[in-house]
Amino acid sequence: MITGRVWKFGDNINTDLMLPGSLLFATEDEQKRAVFSANRPGWVDEMRSGDIIVCGLNYGMGSSRPAARSLRNLGIAALVADSINGLFFRNAVNFGLIALECPGVHAAFAEGQTAEISLDELTVRNRDTGAVLKASPVPPMLLDMMRHGGVYPDLERRGLIAPLR
Amino acid sequence: MGMTIVEKIFARASGQPQVRPGDLAVVDVDIAVMMDTSFHANTRRDILKVHDPDKVAVIYDHMVPAPDKASAEAQTYGRDFVRRFGITRFHDVGPDQGISHAVVADRGYALPGTVLVCSDSHTCASGAFNCAARGIGAPDLLAAVTTGKAWFRVGETVRYQLSGVLRPGVYAKDLFLHIAGTWGHHTNQNVEFGGPGLAGLGIDARRTIATMGAELSAEFATFEADERLVLYVRERNPSPFTSVAPDPDTDYADRRDIDLSKIEPLVALPDAVIKNSVPVGEVAGEPIQQAFIGSCANGTLDDLAEAARVVAGRKVAPGVRFLVTPGTQSVYRAALKAGYIAALIEAGAVVTPATCGACFGGHMGVLGPGETCITASTRNFKGRMGDPTARIYMASPATVAASAIAGKIAAAGDIA
Repeated sequence: MITGRVWKFGDNINTDLMLPGSLLFATEDEQKRAVFSANRPGWVDEMRSGDIIVCGLNYGMGSSRPAARSLRNLGIAALVADSINGLFFRNAVNFGLIALECPGVHAAFAEGQTAEISLDELTVRNRDTGAVLKASPVPPMLLDMMRHGGVYPDLERRGLIAPLR
Repeated sequence: MGMTIVEKIFARASGQPQVRPGDLAVVDVDIAVMMDTSFHANTRRDILKVHDPDKVAVIYDHMVPAPDKASAEAQTYGRDFVRRFGITRFHDVGPDQGISHAVVADRGYALPGTVLVCSDSHTCASGAFNCAARGIGAPDLLAAVTTGKAWFRVGETVRYQLSGVLRPGVYAKDLFLHIAGTWGHHTNQNVEFGGPGLAGLGIDARRTIATMGAELSAEFATFEADERLVLYVRERNPSPFTSVAPDPDTDYADRRDIDLSKIEPLVALPDAVIKNSVPVGEVAGEPIQQAFIGSCANGTLDDLAEAARVVAGRKVAPGVRFLVTPGTQSVYRAALKAGYIAALIEAGAVVTPATCGACFGGHMGVLGPGETCITASTRNFKGRMGDPTARIYMASPATVAASAIAGKIAAAGDIA
């Protein structure tokens, strides 16, 4: 069970808001400090590791840039959205960020409430209101990668890429 | 039940008789395209094995010519990678370089009926070639290069059935802005284009529309193949291919008819293209400091021809920077021979080498605080081309060129 405090964002939150183009080639630390700097300055100082992001439709539209890595590096425990852009979802899977689509989730939470997420049941519960929502199914292979650090560990095990020095 | 173009390509590439929405398809990748960004120190991993060097292309586009030390180091690292694994399709800075999706088009690397991946979101550009082409992440691309495979969640498909022809002064970009403005995002859906209207859309126009599929948040944006497309590819690549048509009894999520003759010139307002399009007249007169034509969406020869036609014999307004970036160096040369470059430069435009530069706010045209730009490129997100307080309108190359002349947003038919 993943339990965390909820931060709310709306529809069509794009990758450039999570990772500005000017920092594409910056260090991972610099990148994570810039998350939502254009639309919600100061958020990275307010949030804590273990928090959960709840958002609306079409989360993460835009670039292939590793915005999901920045959320993971900030310690975001899970991201749950009404719907998620397919490319952002791929990066979530591959960088090991828990990301679930759950229609109605944006309306079911107010900011600051507590979410409880079961990856076994694929449910999202609002602890404050008791409301329980069903997340959309995730193919088991992808859920497994998401939960276990993404694709790199597997490529390392198979001798296809070198471990980080 | 019948299959869509993408479902049929996945069925072949995954060795299954049928692929349906909801499936996870694990497919053989026909070509994986790496870029200079694949080798930047903050993202790269050392590759120990390449599945098949003949199924990899390396194209430098984002940070070229290298504007800083980190990019130069990345490009040196990439050249060594190319040598080490014997990759022959390498497009380094020089005569064969360009924006990756545009080089793929120039060279016919995206064969109809095949699977192409690249770690840039606008890889869907090659959907114009009846190819299942998708932007993936950097880790995905490493997996594709080292294992030869990629996974795709198969989404439902929206069919856009085109008829009629675009009126003079109306372009593919306007058609895209109409689709994005009318129907909004297509998250988790594929879009498929076909119908009799295809005959009036050149290959460059189809590439613009397919490229902008990423801005619809679509999974795949794929065109049916016609004779014109098949000839275009055959002229560029001798490899055999089989183009793919959707089955007649395909069950689409929705089927939308568009009469191209009804489309009008549109502009997307700043910060988004989803449900954000208005007729040019509604924002005409808005002063601009920069006008940009380029990127994988609008750096084609047809785009440069339109821009040149609009500005020929006129002058760019004082106080406006008019930047034009051909999609590839080969397009640049063709535009030079056709006289387009001379017309643009004589009008006061600055023509840059082929790069993704200004489109992603990387270099060669970054916006400052409070500036207003009108762009014929891929994206107008807040902060996309530089400072987050800059405002970015998006339109066709003709509207952008007319605005550069007027010094304010203007329709191509309205400039003196």
